[in-house]
Formats: sequence, C-alpha cells, structure tokens
Amino acid sequence: MTTKTVSLKIDGHDISVQEGTSILEAAIENGIDIPHLCFLEGLTKTGACRLCLVELKGQAKLFASCSTPVSDGMEVITDSVKLKEYRKKTIQLLLSERTHVCSVCVANKNCELQALADKLGVDHVAYEREWTGEKVDSSHPFLVIDRNRCILCTRCVRVCDEVEGVHALDLKLRGKDSQIIVDFDDSWANSTSCTSCRKCAKVCPVGAIYVEGEPLSQTKDRNIANFVLSRRKK
Amino acid sequence: MNPKVITIHPVTRIEGHAKVSIFLNDDNSVRDARFQVIDFRGFEKFCDGRPFYEMPSITARACGICPVSHLLASAQACDEVVRVNIPYTAELLRRLIHMGQLIQSHALNFFHLSAPDLLLGMDSEPSKRNILGLAAEYPELARKGIRLRKFGQEIIENVAGKRIHSGDWIVPGGVKVPLNREKRDYLKNNLPEALKVTQETLAMWKNYLPKFEEDIENFGNFPSYYMGLVTHSGGLEHYRGTLRVVAPDGSIMADHLNPQKYHEYIGEASEDWSYMKFPYLKKVGYPEGLYRVGALARLNVASHCGTPLADEELKEFKKLGKDGVVTSTFHYHYARLIETLFCLERTKEILEDSEVLSDNIWAKASVSSSEGVGVAEAPRGTLIHHYRVDKNGLITWTNMIIATEHNNLAFNKAVTQVAKKYVKANKLHEGMLNRVEAVVRAFDPCLSCATHAVGNMPLEVQLVNSEGKVVDRIVR
Repeated sequence: MTTKTVSLKIDGHDISVQEGTSILEAAIENGIDIPHLCFLEGLTKTGACRLCLVELKGQAKLFASCSTPVSDGMEVITDSVKLKEYRKKTIQLLLSERTHVCSVCVANKNCELQALADKLGVDHVAYEREWTGEKVDSSHPFLVIDRNRCILCTRCVRVCDEVEGVHALDLKLRGKDSQIIVDFDDSWANSTSCTSCRKCAKVCPVGAIYVEGEPLSQTKDRNIANFVLSRRKK
Repeated sequence: MNPKVITIHPVTRIEGHAKVSIFLNDDNSVRDARFQVIDFRGFEKFCDGRPFYEMPSITARACGICPVSHLLASAQACDEVVRVNIPYTAELLRRLIHMGQLIQSHALNFFHLSAPDLLLGMDSEPSKRNILGLAAEYPELARKGIRLRKFGQEIIENVAGKRIHSGDWIVPGGVKVPLNREKRDYLKNNLPEALKVTQETLAMWKNYLPKFEEDIENFGNFPSYYMGLVTHSGGLEHYRGTLRVVAPDGSIMADHLNPQKYHEYIGEASEDWSYMKFPYLKKVGYPEGLYRVGALARLNVASHCGTPLADEELKEFKKLGKDGVVTSTFHYHYARLIETLFCLERTKEILEDSEVLSDNIWAKASVSSSEGVGVAEAPRGTLIHHYRVDKNGLITWTNMIIATEHNNLAFNKAVTQVAKKYVKANKLHEGMLNRVEAVVRAFDPCLSCATHAVGNMPLEVQLVNSEGKVVDRIVR
C-alpha cells in the first residue's frame, strides 16, 4: 500500500510529507524549529502545553501544531510577533501555576522549560505566582515526584502506558489543579503496578520526576520512547 | 514620657538591612542603643517538606557572601541524616573550598568595607569613604585587596564550578566533581602572590595599630565569653571539630562540646524589637551569657593555629589581651588578617596533599537517621544547621543559628558603648554616627544575602525630643 503525500508551505518553504503527519513533525523533519514541551517522539499527541501553537493562513484562530495534521495547500506560519507573545505568555503561565525555583531545582540547566524560557526571552513572570505546597513523594526507593514542579505535560503518563505498558501513572482532578497520581492515588512505595523502569524520569521535561542522587543529565533521555518502540518492531 | 531617640537607618557597608537606635536621657546623654534587624527571611518555614538533599542548595541562598559556609554546615547535617563518613578527598575538597570562602569574605570586609574607615579616617568625607576613595588614596593597597579577594573566589570557582552558589557540587556523603590537575596547578601557582599580599597587609596593619589606641579602647571593648570550633588538640578549626567556650578571664569554661548537642548549652531568646534571635550560654543565663563568635573569638579560643606563619602571628596577637584574651571588637580586623594567613597556608597544604586529585569523593547512602546537625565556622562565626526528617527524607523541622546571631547581644553592648563615648546629642555630626556604624562593621555582620552599594546609601539621623519634635537632623 502506498501512502499519500501531502504538500504544504511552512514559513514559505515548500514541503512534502506523508499524510497523517502533524505540522510539528513535518517541521521537525524539515529542520524548522517550533517550541514544544508536551510532544515527544514516539508518544501520542495530546496538545497539553500549547507552546507549539502556529498560525494557518486564512484561519483566525491558532492551532497546536503537534496535534494538527497537515493537509494539501496548507500555509503554516511558525514565527510571528503574535506567536512570540503567546508563547512567552504560555511559559509565564506555566511558571506561575506552581513552585518553580530554578536555583535549587534538581533540573537546573537540564530543564526544557527553563531552556525555552531562556530561548524565548522570558526574564520575569507577569502573573501572580501560586507557590504551591504539594507534598513531595519520595517513598519509592529511588524515584521521586515533586508535583510542585509538574507542568502537566503528561509525558510520564503516556510513556508509562504506551511504552512500558503498565499505566501506573495517571491524572486526577481538572485544569491547573490536576495532579499526576500513582495507581489509585497511593504513595509510590505502595504501587503494585510500577515496574521502577525509570521511563517517567527519563522523559520528564522538568524536575518533577527524577532519580534521587543521579544527575538529570544522566537520567534524561528524550529518545527513550522511540528507541523502545523501534526495538519492539524487530 | 517619650524617650529621645536617634535612629541610624540603614546601617551601611554591611551585608543586609539593619538600623541602630540610640536612646537619650533628658540631659542628652546616651542611655541605651539597640541594633535592630529588620529583615525577615523565613527559611526555617519554607524548608518544610523539601527532600533533605536539597537543603544545601536552598539554605546557601540565605547569603551571597558566605554561601559555602552554609553549604558545609548543611552538607554535614545531611551526612548525619545518611550516617556516612565522607571519603578523605571529599573532606579535603570541602575544606579547600571553605578556605576560599574565608579568604574572599575576610578580604571583602577588610579592603572593601572597613579599610575606608580605618585608612581614610572616620571623619573623612563620606562621599569618598568607600573602596573607590581608597583606590584613589592608596591605589596599590586597593589593587592588592581586590586581587586577594579574587584568589579566594577563584578557589571556590575552580573547586566547585561557580564563584557564588555552587550548591549542586556539594552532596550528602561528599562532593560531586573531583579537582583536576590543571585547576590544582592554577591555584598553586597563584597562591604565593596572595600569601605575599596578606603578609604585607598584616605588617602594615600592625604598624597602624598605635594610631587607633582610642578606638581600640572604646570599640566594643568589654569582657565576654567566646565560642568557636577547635581541633582535637585545641587548634584553630573551621569545619567539623568540637566547640570550646572561653570565659572572660581566659579560662576554658567548656571544651570539646559536641556540636550535635548545641541546644544543651545554647539558649535562644527573642525580643519584640528585632527579627534576630538572641543566643546565650544556658549555663550563665540570659542576658549575662553573652558570648562572641567570629575571627576574634576563634583566635581567643584556639590554643594554636597549626600552620607556621599563622602560629607566629597568633602568639603576638594574644599578647594584646590579658590572659591571652583580646577583648576589643576593633581587633576583629587584626584577627581576620591572621585567619586569612592561616587559610592560605592551609590551602597550600591541601593542594599539596597527594589525595586531593582522587575521584573517590562520594559515599552514597540513604536516610538512616531522623535528625542531623552540621556545624562550620563561617567567616563571621559558628554556623549551625539542624534538620529533622521523616522516614522518606522529607524535612519536618529546621533550625539554623546563623553566625551573626551569636553576636547579637554583643552588637547591642558594643553600639551602646560606642554611642556613649562618641554621641553627644546636642551637637550631632556625621563622624560620630559613622563610628557607631563602624563598630557594627567591625563585627562584619551578615544580615541577609543583600549587599548594599558602597558609599552612597541614604542615611538619615533624627534627634527627637520628648515632645516628638525634630530638633536636629543629618542626612547624607
């Protein structure tokens, strides 16, 4: 069976990709950078972080490029004054929702949120910060979850379900109050489904899930989902 | 009747925010003076619930001048929580970085903050009484001071990666990154110049001392207890060790006290007019149990330094006091210079240790105890960190006694003494108020991580009579 090819324009460049590809994947494939946080190659797309928003010519609203498939004749704008402003505001909203203190964070200098804030020129947070006081769960022998640093990207939930296949992690509550939970909201030490595979820590873009005592530069592996899935196909 | 009050707010060229209030009698003589700390930080509250291994990084943020001392006190408390003996090289490197901390902080106080008063004069033009004024008058000395401080900072940077807040280098059980040969050699090559500068400055200072006879006599010159860490043999110590308390008559009141049990011999009183606690010796009671910490106290409690040049200087220094106890707060300056010499000699010894480049630097372990106390001699004195954790290593309780706090009772006594000598309220002048500030500066208090810009801080002093009317006012 042959797959249909779709032709579109991204920032004026003519691009051809397979049908069903998302705008973000098409951009990455062609070396065009669109800021993103919740997207991770190999995992389903969820459109949670809203950082990968792009403009589509002829459309008034903005689209999450990770979860919007390409279509023939589509003209995508990935960089504009409006998009820059939206992305800066999104980063600031993420920072304001919980307690992000880079200087004492285990992910300092190994954090995708910090790196994006730096890249996009976010040097202050214009919104009132929440300074959450969520309890840290360090009951597991080596995995720690600090929900104060969680940006609800759900990479951990997806990798646990789609790659490890155990679905030990999930979400409770709604909106900004959502929390990552282990099993039925139990402490990690009591989890009967967690296999301690560390994939959640490997894909966490910030310092919310980490391996105690291990530098994050060593733990993090953005390619883990792709790697495992590609080996599984062999 | 409302008392007459003179307020010095803010006190300048110190680390942090404080004000001095001078209370007058009806005849305008000084009745009392208070050193009031107006910062509130709340570290002991917001550390609750954090994993214990984050504590070095978090608590080091208490101060931008001496973060390394916080790192060391905190790391030792964490070592206790995991109950490990750290590897020999890790201890060497922790000691080395602390030597850098002491050198840079002592150089900062002497050359940047205090020398303008001491060398340009207490009554000199305020706009020039700062490091820039010093550089104009004594360019060579200012240059040397800046280079000496730089060397201290370079030790920290080469060992831990950053000059300030290298919090991710130190870990419970040791340190993360070993020292490499290139950095060790760089420090070894630059050490002789720093040593020379220190020796020259010390010699100069000793020549200057006779000029300050009046200040020495009146600058917080009073008997008190002294506390500091000592080695097993009673020598000068800045990391680990045990605590020694020396009585006003020079006798050792208590020796080799276990820092883990500090609460058995140190009480902490509170006053409603200051955010800073008032530690006192429980055995003596409050407020009579006033004791001093810091460079002067350390040299008063130490039987010897343990390095040849500093030992010679210590012998000479001890002659300044009766029974080997030097009582004038003014001599903190002298004591800091001798300590700087000691630190440079110790730095040399550590850099020459064959184990300093080893990569056996981290003993990993998990939570084994619900409590840990760490102690270090920060530039300004004994620093205590005390944590309690739950079974998962989350902090449930924190107590930190910052070096400057120990001196709180002494600050008040010293400013009262200086105010009584120099402040004549019916004729306010700038120089006399600067002396009140200068005695605070002699202690080198570090009240928060903030460092004020030098020289041009707004200072307003008002003299208010019993009817609440301003009868005199000085602004600079």
